[in-house]
Amino acid sequence: MKVRILVRLKPGVLDPQGRAVHHALEGLGFEGVDDVRIGRMIEMDVADDTTDEVIKTMCEKLLANMVIEDYAIEKLERETA
Amino acid sequence: MAFPSNGFRAGVITFPGSNCDRDMATAIEAVTGKPAVRIWHGDADLPDGLDLLALPGGFSYGDYLRSGAMAAKSPIMRAVVAAAERGVPVLGVCNGFQVLTESGLLPGALMRNAGQTFVCRTVGLKVENTQSPFTHGFTTGETIRIPVAHHDGNYFADDAVLDKLEGEGRVAFRYSEPVNGSRRDIAGILSANGRVLGMMPHPERAIDAAAHPSMGGADGRRVFENVIEALASA
Repeated sequence: MKVRILVRLKPGVLDPQGRAVHHALEGLGFEGVDDVRIGRMIEMDVADDTTDEVIKTMCEKLLANMVIEDYAIEKLERETA
Repeated sequence: MAFPSNGFRAGVITFPGSNCDRDMATAIEAVTGKPAVRIWHGDADLPDGLDLLALPGGFSYGDYLRSGAMAAKSPIMRAVVAAAERGVPVLGVCNGFQVLTESGLLPGALMRNAGQTFVCRTVGLKVENTQSPFTHGFTTGETIRIPVAHHDGNYFADDAVLDKLEGEGRVAFRYSEPVNGSRRDIAGILSANGRVLGMMPHPERAIDAAAHPSMGGADGRRVFENVIEALASA
């Protein structure tokens, strides 16, 4: 089973990287960009019987830092050969 | 300076990608006169009878995932957490501070500097706490100068945690100038029992004013001297 974890900074946590990219987009002449925030995407291939609870624990123990980040879990269809 | 009667034995932990471990060991030897015990991250146990554990600066595991995140899960950190719970003083500097927050020994997180740039210079620090083993020899409100060198030193915690830290006197050092966007200018914090100190500035780079006149002077030396004296008088 493929699982995709999206780790994002919590709302309200300043994202200097996102701000710098925002400025760069404006510098390239793109208008109408209100905000940019940068996160991290982690794809895992896990055993089919891996429970949601275990995946949540992986996120909270290692993949995300719960002080500053939120995470979302997305399960993907197993790719057929 | 008074030493503990049985001498002073410090351990320095090296993670893959640590690069201030030798500086830390050299500083400890310069101050204590005894070589520090070098400990590898993959060891499961710490040597017995250590008086201080130091987590050095660097880029453990190449800062993969988040600074300090991988090192915080290494085998030796379980032993470090257990030692801290027994009251062994633990000093985490720079990447060592990041490892301490990631391991849960200290609250909060260290984020990318607000200015996005790597900051490398000697900065002023206001001493806020003079009750801990690391800080008891300082005067409250005193300004000391110690070098910083980091990209991820922007201390973050929510207001409730910050208020708790301030209320319990656990802010050890505050920047006396803008450095990295840290909330409330926090440069170093203590654990609830005051025996774990995490700080972004590098005291081990400021132990000999004569050797590095252009660097931070010798204020960093006092952090180590404070620990030695605290243990001697304990």
